[in-house]
Amino acid sequence: MNFELLTQLIINGLIVGLLYGVIGMCFVLVYKSTQIVNFAQGEFLLIGAWVCWASLIYLELPFFLGFILSLVFMAGFGVLLQMIVLRPMIGEPIISVIMVTIGLSIFFQALMKWIFGVSPQSYPQVFDDQSISLLGLNIEMAYLMSTVIALIIMVAFYLFFKHSKHGLAMRATAFDQQVSQSLGISVKHVFAMSWGIAATVSATAGIVLGMVNGVSDSLSIMGIKVFPAVILGGLDSIVGAIVGGIIIGVLENVAEFFDSQYLHIGNMYDIAPFYVLLIILWFKPYGLFGTKDIERI
Amino acid sequence: MSSLSMRPCGDFRTSYKQDNTIFETKTIRWVTIFTIIALCFAPMLVDGYFITLLIQISYLGIAALGLNILVGYTGQISLGHGAFFGFGAFASAWLNTSFNIPVLLCIPLAGFLTMGVGMMFGAPAARIKGLYLAIATLASQFIIEDFFARAEWFSGGASGSMANPVSLFGFDFNTDQSFYYVALFALVFMFIWGCNLMRSRDGRAFIAVRDHYLSAEIMGVKLNKYRLLSFGISSFYAGIGGALYAHYLGYVSAEGFTIMMSIQFLAMIIIGGLGSIKGTLMGVIFMVFLPEVLASGVGLMKMTDWGNIPMVVDGLAYIKEMAIGVVIICFLIFEPEGLSHRWTQIKNYWKFYPFAY
Repeated sequence: MNFELLTQLIINGLIVGLLYGVIGMCFVLVYKSTQIVNFAQGEFLLIGAWVCWASLIYLELPFFLGFILSLVFMAGFGVLLQMIVLRPMIGEPIISVIMVTIGLSIFFQALMKWIFGVSPQSYPQVFDDQSISLLGLNIEMAYLMSTVIALIIMVAFYLFFKHSKHGLAMRATAFDQQVSQSLGISVKHVFAMSWGIAATVSATAGIVLGMVNGVSDSLSIMGIKVFPAVILGGLDSIVGAIVGGIIIGVLENVAEFFDSQYLHIGNMYDIAPFYVLLIILWFKPYGLFGTKDIERI
Repeated sequence: MSSLSMRPCGDFRTSYKQDNTIFETKTIRWVTIFTIIALCFAPMLVDGYFITLLIQISYLGIAALGLNILVGYTGQISLGHGAFFGFGAFASAWLNTSFNIPVLLCIPLAGFLTMGVGMMFGAPAARIKGLYLAIATLASQFIIEDFFARAEWFSGGASGSMANPVSLFGFDFNTDQSFYYVALFALVFMFIWGCNLMRSRDGRAFIAVRDHYLSAEIMGVKLNKYRLLSFGISSFYAGIGGALYAHYLGYVSAEGFTIMMSIQFLAMIIIGGLGSIKGTLMGVIFMVFLPEVLASGVGLMKMTDWGNIPMVVDGLAYIKEMAIGVVIICFLIFEPEGLSHRWTQIKNYWKFYPFAY
């Protein structure tokens, strides 16, 4: 058994898993506050990464300025999307809402392909060293940055929900929309805000991933890969999303390891999370931390 | 289903039998029969390209009707219909080439095989619903797609598999014109079957499960049974549609049956109208003609001076994809009940013209 490779893969899995956790958090945030399952999550990553890329290449901004610019753009984009497309869908059946986000996902995926082409593009070099050696393992600088950013985002989420007025409003809305409205919270603003936050944070993840692998169409697959993570953690639990993300990240790398060493089935990296997803849904539909739906007659 | 206002004045129903007819009025019945007869003469009247579109409408329509039974009538969500469609295509080709079963028998057999697979993946449906089900079927889409790429004995792997044309008493339906009749027959047969299913006890049970599953359960409708049955029937339809597709093209490869195809099926039934058999066909026609209309629109633009923008002309493939997204969103926002509802409204408007009610 090749332990060195396994450790390297597990560390990679942890790093990628943290990013899954971040994307999953956005997903859960939108689901909790607006009851919408966002199938267009992956496109947020894609659009954010492309906007940042364009601002670096065409506007020739320094990296951090371009980064901030694209985050501001994505915040506005998320809010506008909620106001124009998703606000009319309030109160519609779940299939309609799902289909609207799927429609958005198709539209933006094709739009990005149309504007920026299908070939992957890479970011200009940001760091001087490509990778550093930590405890004898090679870790790419961008991965290290992604871990730091992911942890910062998680702490920021915690502080925001625990200590800020808006965070409290969002938690109240997630708990009960009618009650919070009667207490003077603008549910409309909360909805728009949660989409804005989700778009911004997803774009951050998209930019980080784009720095590692280059920006291309395949970024939007992350939006689908996040489903196993959030289902494992429970659809309405932010902690669950992080835990689920890390588990799925490690799991796909371990599956890849066993596949390449022993089983030789192929393509395990992409497909293993979905088998896990089906198994979870069979035995524990509400995930590890999700609240169980209890229905009253 | 049918509203009172749709029937002519004085045409009252006095028995359950009359209330359960396939066609609401005599006129509708005659119009339908004449349309089918006219369609039989289509190969002599219109050019070959139009016939290929009609064949496309047939096999997609059968699969879309299956999805509408699942989504529109039973209220379950499936994001894996494209994969089941593909499974039917491969299954029929596989049965034909490996066991030498006649093609005409392969098509229903492929339907039953797909039904089995669909019920296997639909099994969680007995426990979960709504959103969780959507995600479970999404997983099944990816797993089946992966299976196509991997199982060479079944699908021929990356190189795809060949399918023989439909043959009956030594006559091969291998041209567009002759296959058109097979497709038309299958379409009419499956749609009549679908109509009849919805008039039966099982059909009413599906609708009860959709409208209020708790009440349905209290009234003695077995929820698990009907949810699973609905999955089975919808996969059966998908399998038949896929098998027709395989024997029409003569060649099946795994690339086509992606999540995009599943979404297109969903788009068809949403555009046509959820829970409407007539609407299913309208939605399919809309979705088949949409790319054609866009392509000819861009073609017309190319001819004018101001419209010959290279970005638009080269990006036609992306414009088609974007159009699907836009159409889904616009229909859901502005016309959530689909084309069939709009059709009813237009008919009512003319029926009562010049009085609005």
